[in-house]
Amino acid sequence: MAHAYTPGLRVTKQATIRRERRLPLKGEVLVVPGEEVRRDQVVARTELPGDVVSLNLVNQLGASPGELAGYMLKKEGEQIEEGEPLAETRPLIKWFKTTIKAPVSGTVESISSVTGQVILRKAPRPVEVLAYIDGTAVETVPEEGVIVETRGAFIQGIFGVGGECWGELMMLAETEGEVLDAERIGPECAGKILVGGSLISYPVIEKAREVGAAGLIGGGIRDQDLRQLLGYDLGVAITGTEEIGLTVIVTEGFGEIAMARKTFEILKECCGREGSISGATQIRAGVLRPEIIVPAWDAEIEEAAKGGQEGLQVGDTLRVIRVPHFGSIGQVSDLPSQLREVESGAKVRVLEVEFEDGSRAVVPRANVEVIEE
Amino acid sequence: MSDLQVVIATDCGSTTTKAIMIEKKGGVYRQTYRGEAPTTVEAPFEDVTRGVLNAIQEVEELSGRQILDGEKIITPAEGDRGVDIYISTSSAGGGLQMMVAGVVQSMTAESAQRCALGAGAIVMDVLASNDGRLPHQKIERIRQLRPDMVLLSGGTDGGTVSHVVELAEFIGAADPKPRFGTGFQLPVIYAGNKDAQGEVERVLDEKTALTIAENIRPVLERENLGPARQVIHDLFLEHVMAQAPGYRKLMTWTGAPIMPTPGAVGEIMQTIAQRQSINVIGVDIGGATTDVFSVFGEVFNRTVSANLGMSYSVSNVLTEAGMENVLRWMPFGIDEADLRDRIKNKMIRPTTVPQLLEELQIEQAIAREALRLAFIQHRELAVGLKGVQSERTLSDVFDQGATGESLIRMMELDLLVGSGGVLSHAPNRAQAAAMMIDAFQPEGLTRLAVDSIFMMPHLGVLSTVDEKAATDVFEKDCLIYLGSCVAPVGSGKQGSVCASYELSLPDGGKSGELKVGDLLRFPLAAEEQAEVVVRPSKNWDVGAGPGQEMRVVAEGGVAGLILDGRCRPIQVDEKEEVCLAQVEAWSSALDLY
Repeated sequence: MAHAYTPGLRVTKQATIRRERRLPLKGEVLVVPGEEVRRDQVVARTELPGDVVSLNLVNQLGASPGELAGYMLKKEGEQIEEGEPLAETRPLIKWFKTTIKAPVSGTVESISSVTGQVILRKAPRPVEVLAYIDGTAVETVPEEGVIVETRGAFIQGIFGVGGECWGELMMLAETEGEVLDAERIGPECAGKILVGGSLISYPVIEKAREVGAAGLIGGGIRDQDLRQLLGYDLGVAITGTEEIGLTVIVTEGFGEIAMARKTFEILKECCGREGSISGATQIRAGVLRPEIIVPAWDAEIEEAAKGGQEGLQVGDTLRVIRVPHFGSIGQVSDLPSQLREVESGAKVRVLEVEFEDGSRAVVPRANVEVIEE
Repeated sequence: MSDLQVVIATDCGSTTTKAIMIEKKGGVYRQTYRGEAPTTVEAPFEDVTRGVLNAIQEVEELSGRQILDGEKIITPAEGDRGVDIYISTSSAGGGLQMMVAGVVQSMTAESAQRCALGAGAIVMDVLASNDGRLPHQKIERIRQLRPDMVLLSGGTDGGTVSHVVELAEFIGAADPKPRFGTGFQLPVIYAGNKDAQGEVERVLDEKTALTIAENIRPVLERENLGPARQVIHDLFLEHVMAQAPGYRKLMTWTGAPIMPTPGAVGEIMQTIAQRQSINVIGVDIGGATTDVFSVFGEVFNRTVSANLGMSYSVSNVLTEAGMENVLRWMPFGIDEADLRDRIKNKMIRPTTVPQLLEELQIEQAIAREALRLAFIQHRELAVGLKGVQSERTLSDVFDQGATGESLIRMMELDLLVGSGGVLSHAPNRAQAAAMMIDAFQPEGLTRLAVDSIFMMPHLGVLSTVDEKAATDVFEKDCLIYLGSCVAPVGSGKQGSVCASYELSLPDGGKSGELKVGDLLRFPLAAEEQAEVVVRPSKNWDVGAGPGQEMRVVAEGGVAGLILDGRCRPIQVDEKEEVCLAQVEAWSSALDLY
């Protein structure tokens, strides 16, 4: 094998984080390099072409497509207001005149002499891109966007729903294995990002939403609760655009799984500070994981990302990501090079792991992920 | 092309780049070495050639033959250095994503869909004048999709012009942008009524990169998909591939145009079906998508089920198939909530493998449903042309067959080929045979095989350069024959006799009765044959007609000869405990786990 590596999720107290904030179409960048930005500040703006309305005027005028141009009161490219005459017939007797008024305000996009169709385009829609994190605009891409940089804690989750939001982090769980109770959530949680332990249940999400919390972070979520939250069964893991009133991020997976201690400890330290989170997840084609960013301006020591590309090594900390031992954390104790047959009958590359309680197990290398520093 | 001695071929998949070496030895081409490396289309590398070089380097190390000179492939071969040709396929970056449009949904729009799928595309949406959507909905949809290219068809030559132009106007109004490269115009292929070409050009020429191709449906009675498919391939290289990181460089290395991976698999399927005069169905079940290919009576069809797969899309299989359909293939009971969590965990961590036997059994149950659903979608599209007028005689009045009949006739299927991790890497080959039989439900005599290491894409592109080299390797190294399945068609009471059989096996004769609900397996190794005589009961058909005896020679394989008396469609009892016992009995009859 040329270069086998097991990518992991980044969980670090202090890192330099850069986020590209790009417009969907070319537009205007509103900040200059070096400028400090706030998460809710508009950094770039553009206008999306307006929606179109197609009108089959020939039917309404009782004319043929070839005659249409002669009846039009507006030409291609001209502006028109809602209710303003767009086309009219010119009969000998005025009473028989038919006038078609524009149903919307906009521009005449096209007039077809083949289909008799007229297309009106409504006014453009403004699109704004926010900074998302508190930091500095370190670079701008002319007409397209900006790169915002910050320093602080950075945690990647495994799965999330809901878009970008921000707020003060608030710990609700005492330990990483605690199952959060909806009773713990009160009006003081409004606008906050709440941190739970091993499971975020539907009643908890419901209560958090009710009090106006910005986000919820926990170890796991049950699929049946996710289904209840979304109102449908999620088939493909592409998320981030759900409008569910808050953002939910799980750090470990589906089911009740204690949050990794390191993740829990970092979040605990960040408690009371303002952070930005995004639930956007996309597993296919350019992996995107949900994230928690808590800027700390005084952070000076930067822990370098290992990137996992050096391959696994004895002593590396890892998490098992499939049953048996799902969610357990341990250290690589041996990396045998030969293929080994596992219980399913498959011959795969394996490693030996020593768990935190001292017990050991052999697991396929594909079933672990490195916990990156 | 001069006589090839050494060939190196790669397939740049979305996660792995696979290289194989093919060498001519004693007048026969054989696949000799293989290597693989992670695909490097995305950050931090953003250059596909890096992964290609890494994969080739592995072949170099294993074979001891120098292929690379620094970062260059040595072509042509000089003695024991280099290769005669380098070829490649690609599905990296999500493959080729297209939107197609036609006037009538079941006629030109369907032809356009077949054309795009056959070229190796994923069809994101099919737009038609009569698809029930309002004009602004169509325009909004086109704008949202951001396909790699659009195929616009519609109208037979001399037929409707206004409807085709209307579709062109919708595309123009949407002013769609391609997926890659913000500064580029979206490639649009017009392959409809030739009388509308001028108008379509007027509407779209300035707003899109328009290419005119021959009409894909010049008359209702005939499809003409070849020329438009060729244009799709050309534009795939010029526009889509050229935008992907590193592909411009890769295109200068190859001795034949880079093909979309599924397009290449389709090529080899057609070549094999043609050379052996057989009907073939092939399936490639991946992490995200499942492709089904068929060649029946020389008519080729391909479909791709974009969200049926074993990792990224595994959760969607459950959504589409329904929990009860997945559970019916499992030899043990499981808590539904637990199963749901396990499947979602596979979705978010797609590269994990089953360590426990029960995890393997869950994955194989899901695979059966993914294959079954993908095959249903294939049958819906692999049909005769609709809208064709045919003369009906008095005897036809009682025949319910109409135009648009499925071309997939399972009784006439000769070979069923499976590919993709869950089939090719099943720990026990009989498991692959069982999954394919349960999902496709072959009828009569059918030979089963799997692609050993997923080299069909490489062989597909090779077949465009050297057909003999491609077919040599296909027959000798690519396929692992699993054996043959004999299945009488009919229905009856569990335990009643559906056929009697006499088998002349290498280790002696065997005869007996096949009962409804039975699955029997007889050892018959690869390259061994057995004479099979089957006498179906009244109303049961094994290929010679209801109640008619059939004598055939069945080919062997690692899973042997399988007699399947489970009715068509396969009957699984609705009562949970009976269903579990049935699945357990079938599983032990085939010695699966």
